[in-house]
Amino acid sequence: MRSHEKWVQGILFILATTAVLTVLAITFFIFSEGLPIMVDRGVTGFIGSTRWEPLSGSFGILGMIIGTIQITLGAIALGVPVGLACAVYLAEIADRRLEKILRPGIELLAGIPSVVYGFFGLSVVVPFLREHFPGNGFSILAGSIILAIMILPTVVNISENSIRSVPGDYRSASLALGASHWQTILRVILPAARSGIAASVILGMGRAIGETMAVIMVTGNVTKVAGSIFDPARTLTGNIAIEMGYAAGEHREALFATGVILFLIIMVLNFSTTRFSRKAGDVK
Amino acid sequence: MKPAITIKNLNFYYRQVMALKNISIDIPANRVTALIGPSGCGKSTFLRVLNRMNDLIEGTRIEGKILFNDTNIYKDMDLMKLRKKVGMVFQKPNPFPMSVYNNIAYGPRLHRKISDKELDGIVEKSLKSASLWDEVRDRMESSALGLSGGQQQRLCIARCLAVQPEVLLMDEPTSALDPVSTAKIEELVKDLRDKFAIIIVTHNMQQAGRISDYTAFFLNGEIVEYGATREIFHRPVDKRTEDYITGRFG
Ligand SMILES: Nc1ncnc2c1ncn2[C@@H]1O[C@H](COP(=O)(O)OP(=O)(O)O)[C@@H](O)[C@H]1O
Ligand SMILES: [Mg+2]
Repeated sequence: MRSHEKWVQGILFILATTAVLTVLAITFFIFSEGLPIMVDRGVTGFIGSTRWEPLSGSFGILGMIIGTIQITLGAIALGVPVGLACAVYLAEIADRRLEKILRPGIELLAGIPSVVYGFFGLSVVVPFLREHFPGNGFSILAGSIILAIMILPTVVNISENSIRSVPGDYRSASLALGASHWQTILRVILPAARSGIAASVILGMGRAIGETMAVIMVTGNVTKVAGSIFDPARTLTGNIAIEMGYAAGEHREALFATGVILFLIIMVLNFSTTRFSRKAGDVK
Repeated sequence: MKPAITIKNLNFYYRQVMALKNISIDIPANRVTALIGPSGCGKSTFLRVLNRMNDLIEGTRIEGKILFNDTNIYKDMDLMKLRKKVGMVFQKPNPFPMSVYNNIAYGPRLHRKISDKELDGIVEKSLKSASLWDEVRDRMESSALGLSGGQQQRLCIARCLAVQPEVLLMDEPTSALDPVSTAKIEELVKDLRDKFAIIIVTHNMQQAGRISDYTAFFLNGEIVEYGATREIFHRPVDKRTEDYITGRFG
């Protein structure tokens, strides 16, 4: 029995360290490939420049950083209100029967492969935008709409959990003072759940920033900075995926450097999520 | 004197289970009424009938009549208005995770638009009535969760007072508190009697004796005996009351 347990423990330890080592290896790999060109071009030539012209040796990724931010903020602006409304509805209002219909629907969203989202965007969203708005449909807005749908499960699940974990005492206290259900939701429950809701938004952002395939299919991918939400744009992930197939030399390094920037952004987001969830723990 | 609340032939059910049986009593205004009895005999259920908090529990059902200001609270009275007029203090202090000030201001803000100045006045007055003002006047903006348990419970009382109730329901408000905090709350209850009808559930016989004017003894969902506290404690009519009070069961 004892030695048996030791064996299991040993195997688990090795598996656990494998996960960590893999992360370290990936980090090392990306940085070692990407850092040289970043150092070579400096801040102004790389992060500070919007000129991405691999053939003439210009590797400015500012345009892609801006594109990523625009598309992500758009996705948050569209997806968070809907997701939050969904979460409130599921946690506070829907009875069990409705919940049984809604929840699998939302879980299904999480399971759909991103290329299918892209296909939906390509065949529905882009033509719709082309019809009714300026531009040819491939745009920041198209990307934001698709991403808004894709981040819904993240926003809904985490927000709903944090709403459900608000102590029932607060609800009773509010209702006993003569508050309506709505007043209680808006004034007590949502504020008490706010750190979890913030965490859901940040995780949703992480998801949106990291998404590649669906975005490439609908945003047009030009490296010029967009002037309006109906203009096309390219994201950091899109940049890597589109050009990696044929890039060599400095060009290839510049794509790795794009990965470094992505990596840093995601790390900052992850770090702030942990901070938020820790704060959420304090409230209880 | 006119009773604050009149209860007539009240039966109460959790699904099929009858938790209160044929209860008919008048709750006097400006007096403290204590509810005593062993665990599970229906005291909390009875209290929650009076501000309709049982409505939140699925499958509950009520029969009989409860009159507050001559109005049947289950038929002819707006639920929000009822709960504003019949405040509740819970067993475990449950301040909101907000500042001291916002805890007290919460209730008044629910019910009408109110100027900052008037609100300041209400907050101060409520905290003074709950004898908490001196302890928190310098920390109005800090979190209520940082107060001690006893202070939190007085804050919850102040929070009720801020919406100007006529009746205060208290469900074992001192059972989670130390003796000093308990004494403060008891003092407070005696002070508040002038302005409200107070109904307090307590497990502590001495407490019932110290602070209440009337006592109702509950057993298995029924009121066995109800009368002036002095009478109940010194000359109980029913043998079961006597047994309970002298500590032979419960
Ligand atoms: N939410 C509920 N659902 C079903 N039964 C309940 C519920 N709350 C209380 N009861 C039952 O009602 C009876 C009275 O409970 P309660 O009013 O809490 O008693 P007390 O406050 O005197 O201890 C008990 O038998 C208890 O099990
Ligand atoms: Mg009880």
